[in-house]
Amino acid sequence: MSELIIKSTGQMISTETIDGDIATLNLGPTHPATHGIFQNILKVDGERILSAEPTIGYIHRAFEKLAERRPYNQITPITDRLNYCSSPINNIGWHMTVEKLAGIEVPKRVDYMRVIVMELARIADHLVCNSVIGVDTGALTGFTYMFQEREKIYELYEEICGARLTTNLGRIGGFERDFNDIFHAKLNAFLKEFPVNFDEFDRLLTRNRIFMDRVIGAGPITAERAVEYSFSGPNLRAAGLDYDVRVMNPYSSYQDFDFSIPVGKDGDTYDRFVVRQEEIRQSLSIIRQALDKMPSGDFHANVPEFYLPPKEEVYRSMESLIYHFKIVMGETTIPAGEVYHSVEGANGELGYYLVSDGGRTPYRLHFRRPCFIYYQAYPEMIVDSVLSDAILTMSSMNVIAGELDA
Amino acid sequence: MNNEILTAFINEHTNNSAVCSVDQYDMLNVKINADQLIDLVDGLKNKQGFIYLTDICAAHYPEKVGAEFEVIYHLHNLIENQRVRLKVALAESDINIPTLTVHFVGANWMERETFDFYGVNFVGHPDLRRILNMDDMDYHPLRKQYALEDETRTDKNDTFFGR
Repeated sequence: MSELIIKSTGQMISTETIDGDIATLNLGPTHPATHGIFQNILKVDGERILSAEPTIGYIHRAFEKLAERRPYNQITPITDRLNYCSSPINNIGWHMTVEKLAGIEVPKRVDYMRVIVMELARIADHLVCNSVIGVDTGALTGFTYMFQEREKIYELYEEICGARLTTNLGRIGGFERDFNDIFHAKLNAFLKEFPVNFDEFDRLLTRNRIFMDRVIGAGPITAERAVEYSFSGPNLRAAGLDYDVRVMNPYSSYQDFDFSIPVGKDGDTYDRFVVRQEEIRQSLSIIRQALDKMPSGDFHANVPEFYLPPKEEVYRSMESLIYHFKIVMGETTIPAGEVYHSVEGANGELGYYLVSDGGRTPYRLHFRRPCFIYYQAYPEMIVDSVLSDAILTMSSMNVIAGELDA
Repeated sequence: MNNEILTAFINEHTNNSAVCSVDQYDMLNVKINADQLIDLVDGLKNKQGFIYLTDICAAHYPEKVGAEFEVIYHLHNLIENQRVRLKVALAESDINIPTLTVHFVGANWMERETFDFYGVNFVGHPDLRRILNMDDMDYHPLRKQYALEDETRTDKNDTFFGR
């Protein structure tokens, strides 16, 4: 019989050994199965994991320090590189934080446009995560199909901002440009084709006996434990707690949309997979609602201190020239104060704690990064399971190295 | 629950020694001393349902003598959807604060990160090591005395904007 004991450092270790031979296994930092730079020093007895010790920080880039020197609009590219699977959510979350601090009201149309972009990003992020769970169980097919769909989402980003991965999307106060006709055509095509292909992917895995046997019960966590670890996002909901920032603290007019929050029961890999699958469907529904109800109006707020004027006006009008110069040189001042704003990122509550002393840069900026907080439960979730389940648990937790290490 | 009820609870719990204020974003800010932290968090968690620790971070204010550091906690009551922000000021000479890992397992890495970047000593933390920076680093990089760029550089001097 195995017995779990908790060491004084909070680590959980298993006392079970098969023949007394314990090996130390270095899983990572660069291992094809870990999908990023994660190191775990495992003590294994055969295939069974007795203890795990994660080491993080391999791609730490000191974003919080960098942000203390950059003007507000230049911090957006930093947020791209947090969770790079869904950069637009990070960008828009940051813009909304600054808008909250500066007291900027954006038009309703901007809210709806943001909702569309953020839900597209959520779909892209969940697609990556779920199709990679398939890869880790040996089902490569779904991955290849779903990456074609993700490609279409990236093409949609390109129409809005010109970039694909690190999008730097939108501006403080709204968008840099309105949705154009090509975007609408591509989005409509996506909304028509994607559900068909997605259902095919769903049929391939969700009720597949082999897949279910493989992932049910892998890396479980209870709701109580998940809350103690401050889990958020799909991982918390898979454990059975329906906390979603979009519903709890609606931002960007999420209260206007009708959608449901899927919850799981056991918090294992299968529940996390199924919760994400359902969230993709809900996101599609939100996008359709936003398109149907899209208000008319401007695609940015009227805030010349923060929003770059059109280039042709810079050459003709004095005010535009001044504002252009001040924004580009980072001379825009912002009220002193402190603000916490959070959005529902693709993998959890993405929070921005911003302290301003009224200067041109933040005095202090802290990112509440969901992965960083829930990844510390990883050893507890894999101890006493087998190595291949540990790989599955990591991919189903959707730990993104960029966000983990900031 | 709203901010008034919560303020009344906190005032009663701390014998009016906590400084509560609601900011313009409707967030209740509570300033307390380090020795009150555990007791207040215990009360908030067990009596007021603040079971979710959203975030721990710190900030450095070198010009505030005697209160150079501030550790900031965000707690969340998920049932009634109420947030609260606790702030503890610490002097650089006595940069010790009790750990919250006894109440929230998830505080472990958040406190390690705060220690890593600001050198805040969380007394009673089970494993207070650096987390993102290298183990052999001998300073705490988010403190304000460490400028982001080498201040002796002259090739980037801007005589018009002073930076």
